Amino acid sequence: MSQFTLNLIFIGASFALYIGIAIWARAGSTAEFYAANRGVSPVMNGMATAADWMSAASFISMAGLIAFTGYDNSTYLMGWTGGYVLLALLLAPYLRKFGKFTVPEFIGDRFYSRTARIIGVVCLLIISITYVIGQMTGVGVTFSRYLAVSNSTGLWIGAALVFCYAVLGGMKGITYTQVAQYVVLIIAYTIPAIFIALQLTGHVLPQTGLFGSLAGGDTKFLTKLDQVVTDLGFANYTGHHKSTLDMVLFTLALMIGTAGLPHVIIRFFTVPKVSDARSSAGWALVFIALLYTVAPAVGAMSRFNLTTTMWPGAAEGETFSQPAVSLDQIDNAPELEWMRNWQVTGLLGWEDKNGDGLIQYYNDKGEPSEALAATIAEQNLQGNELPTVNNDIMVLANPEIANLPGWVIAIVAAGGLAAALSTAAGLLLAISGAVSHDLVKGWLAPEISEKGELMAARISMAVSILVATILGLNPPGFAAQTVALAFGLAASSIFPVLMMGIFSTRINKQGAIWGMLAGILSTLIYIFTYKGWFFIAGTNMLEDTAANWLFGISPASFGVIGALINFGVAYLVSNATEEPPVEVVELVESIRIPRGAGTATHH
Amino acid sequence: MSDRQSSNAYWRANIRIIWICIAIWALVSYGFGIILRPLVSGIPVGGSDLGFWFAQQGSILVFIVLIFWYAARMNRLDREHGVEE
Repeated sequence: MSQFTLNLIFIGASFALYIGIAIWARAGSTAEFYAANRGVSPVMNGMATAADWMSAASFISMAGLIAFTGYDNSTYLMGWTGGYVLLALLLAPYLRKFGKFTVPEFIGDRFYSRTARIIGVVCLLIISITYVIGQMTGVGVTFSRYLAVSNSTGLWIGAALVFCYAVLGGMKGITYTQVAQYVVLIIAYTIPAIFIALQLTGHVLPQTGLFGSLAGGDTKFLTKLDQVVTDLGFANYTGHHKSTLDMVLFTLALMIGTAGLPHVIIRFFTVPKVSDARSSAGWALVFIALLYTVAPAVGAMSRFNLTTTMWPGAAEGETFSQPAVSLDQIDNAPELEWMRNWQVTGLLGWEDKNGDGLIQYYNDKGEPSEALAATIAEQNLQGNELPTVNNDIMVLANPEIANLPGWVIAIVAAGGLAAALSTAAGLLLAISGAVSHDLVKGWLAPEISEKGELMAARISMAVSILVATILGLNPPGFAAQTVALAFGLAASSIFPVLMMGIFSTRINKQGAIWGMLAGILSTLIYIFTYKGWFFIAGTNMLEDTAANWLFGISPASFGVIGALINFGVAYLVSNATEEPPVEVVELVESIRIPRGAGTATHH
Repeated sequence: MSDRQSSNAYWRANIRIIWICIAIWALVSYGFGIILRPLVSGIPVGGSDLGFWFAQQGSILVFIVLIFWYAARMNRLDREHGVEE
């Protein structure tokens, strides 16, 4: 059976499953559409949250981010998991007790202000739209790579599928498809990882293999990896090379940004009880950790595999004891077919610069080691001959590098699509809920009936899908800035305002509004200063390099400072103005106590 | 009035538990994983050191334990103060 047929079968079967769930889980009321009628068990919700959270970036890109940087990019691992501790401790149980449908609705009620609610909607829309464009482009790319259709055809197929279950089922349909998508994506991620860990280290678990010894020897895998990459002039894998301050701030920005992402927060509205919201965050992290503890192993092992493919001598002994891989091998050897396959996509590229028929892969920018300097002189090297190695290849080409059967490749394709589609659906629900519940019901047409609001929710979902698809076809400049823009804004606006709303009875309407504005504007201005105004190339006022950053803080880490500004301004302004009304203080007291959460669902 | 007092005691106890969790959360990630890594670099773990392990794996495992511990501790606290659902 050809690879194309296998891909078609696996992707087709997963789609049939999602559509089946969509038909089974239709929504009949707004409570079902926005919050799955608060009937989702904490374990199920944890699984759905894991799929909601783990995007195309987690699935495809993260292992590569770690593979080529090593220890320094552990910030992503800690940052994208530690946020769940903050969610469980500081936000999820209280927002569940509040018992409404959207994040801006809490901001509006707690700060008794429509202005605050609308600022919340604007932040939510910027965050979620930035995020969803990346998912939609991910769907298009995956389709075109595995099913030989054009990028845009792939995107429209993906959009039509999301339309089926999101418009019909709302949160209810999305929840149960996300559970199915989690299962698909975790199988797809772990199978190749287990095979590779077995081959390299003899461990079944990639998590223990990473810290184990190489198969058939006493050398620790990480020790060997450090040696191999430093031989070639790259920075050692386990070493600390970046600024400590920026690593701390970047990790913190990712953590509080994660806790402030609306599409993640609304998942905790679907569980029956406050205590379920707490434990559900734990389950979410268990399911996320299944991927996030495998990713560093995939990264390190595929980096090792790639390097030893290029320098066969590195696998057994000295890196330069055997010549580098030859052009003839790359063109003809069956075990190197993956290199030819991925060269076509542009993710991998080589060039025999010195014309010796060998492809020498090394770092031509750093300080060469003695052995490398000798090799450069001896073989008359003219520069690194494998200049293009895309991060994403570490996951996508993994099954082929390890010579796994065709069905594994097909399941990785289905897994990549599941990761992108599940996150897109969660984001689209956050967007359409903000439009139909906060803008239409909360502002433009407060008298709308339940049936009318459900219709409005479905229409805004359909429009959101259309807009996201069109933006996915022509991604604007800001789409590539998900980490800086979405996490920066979530960290500097939504997380602080929610936390203050719960943990302080003194922060009032004026404090919340000015705090949010100060947080968002300071963060945006800092990002625009280095990345260009509205991300238009050439309009940046300072070059985006570590030397120019204020106190060495990168634009992607600035959300933390924005959050501090938000807290500070809100505190000062609140203390200079009148106290919040008594009924608001009572609202805060009531959300702090679990009892009575069940009744809140029925208003 | 007694309700208000009990809920104040409940809230204070909750805040104390949150601080304990936040301290552990920060210690394993920002502490052992990043800032204190040079201090614990003498402890070898599988070809690297303890700080590397915490940064790539250990902190995530601690986060999971921490959330379930908090959830269980809070369930007990809810019952002690009679505010459970």
